[in-house]
Amino acid sequence: MNLEWGVMLESLPRLLQGTLLTLELVALALVAGGLLSVPLAMLRVSSNPVLRALPLAYTFFFRGTPLLVQLFLFYYGLAQFEVVRESIFWPIVREAYWSALIVFTLNTGAYTTEILRGAIQAVPHGEVEAARAMGMSGGTLYRRIVLPRAYRIALPAYGNEIILMLKASALASTITLLDLTGMARTVIAKTYLPVEIFLVAGAIYLALTFLLVNGFRLLERRVLRFQQPRTA
Amino acid sequence: MNDTVPSLEVRDLHKRFGEHEVLRGIDLSARKGDVISIIGSSGSGKSTLLRCINLLEVPERGEIEVHGERLEMRVRRDGQREASDRRQLQRIRTRLAMVFQNFNLWSHMTILENVIEAPIQVLGTPKREAIAQAEALLHKVGMYERRDYYPAHVSGGQQQRAAIARALAMEPEVMLFDEPTSALDPELVGEVLAVMRTLAEEGRTMLVVTHEMAFARDVSSEVVFLHEGAVEEAGPPVELFGAPRSDRVRQFLRHEN
Repeated sequence: MNLEWGVMLESLPRLLQGTLLTLELVALALVAGGLLSVPLAMLRVSSNPVLRALPLAYTFFFRGTPLLVQLFLFYYGLAQFEVVRESIFWPIVREAYWSALIVFTLNTGAYTTEILRGAIQAVPHGEVEAARAMGMSGGTLYRRIVLPRAYRIALPAYGNEIILMLKASALASTITLLDLTGMARTVIAKTYLPVEIFLVAGAIYLALTFLLVNGFRLLERRVLRFQQPRTA
Repeated sequence: MNDTVPSLEVRDLHKRFGEHEVLRGIDLSARKGDVISIIGSSGSGKSTLLRCINLLEVPERGEIEVHGERLEMRVRRDGQREASDRRQLQRIRTRLAMVFQNFNLWSHMTILENVIEAPIQVLGTPKREAIAQAEALLHKVGMYERRDYYPAHVSGGQQQRAAIARALAMEPEVMLFDEPTSALDPELVGEVLAVMRTLAEEGRTMLVVTHEMAFARDVSSEVVFLHEGAVEEAGPPVELFGAPRSDRVRQFLRHEN
């Protein structure tokens, strides 16, 4: 088969434009979801069973249903309720952009909560005990010992979550957004060359993942130095 | 300071884990400069006693006083006892620095960062001052050259010396040593004991749970022998090691030597 190299090249500017939206959605969702996950993960390890159950209901729902279903329920489903249509949130909720951003945030937030919960529970008990024995209060203990240690434990799994989120963000195209995949589909509608255009889009996803993987490799080398063999 | 007030006073301490009574009424008093070694076979409650003193384990009964200040306790609705005032507990803990069997250094921080952490975060010492103090302490325990290493990159003996520096940085009233050499390879025990010996000579008040009989004999001002959660015999090392009154102590010492 002969590829239409010219068309592939011509599609690049528009696909890169879509890439920007993909990156924007993913980055904002990761930041917001990350912020959301810290208090929720702390609740998940609480000794109080009620406090523990609340975030569990949330993570169970968002990890237990497909992202596509969540996106449709939010974007198409909420509009069925008059209360929602008449609420002050309607101008936001009806926008595809905000729907995608909110659903992505809640979705990655749920996964990150559970990653962080596991990491908090993996912090060596003796190190927590040492901090208590030095008179640290609960807040200082979390801020200085438990969370910094948990972030490091969570880092490899979190790098994986970012990659998954990047690729899952292609679903934004199903609710009219022109992210990388959405843009690819528009270009295909005009050129009738799905193989060429999806090849370019796929290459761009691959390049982004490559950058992420290597970025995380460097980051891990830096912040996990303390548990690797000493080099210098 | 008023030397007639004991640095640490423990009265009638009781602790049980489920059905098992680990401590059954322990009394202990340490004056300033006392070095009290707590010995006994494993399972006699030595470590639990130490961990009850700074409330890492909560005793069901008994009182703890640090330099005349009584640790206030109350009974929760579920029947568990706890400190009535978390701030008081935290303040008292800063005066009872603990050295653990497994060092428990914060692994993501360098040796120096480990030593300055609690003075800055808990005592509110300015960073510059905390660093100067930490460097002096690391000199003292022979860890200054390793101050920028992470704990995993030094030996067990070095980790424990760093942990001792970390405890010293709190300028504690009493130091609690929980089997500080038990996790060490035999050839590393000496360097840690040497540091502890120096501290004893400086007149620091120390409670040492240990299996090192030579250390207990040579360094302590008092030796306490625990058996099944009670004090079987206590006294100056010359008496306890030289002429033990209890058969159990005699038997124990025979096995240890």
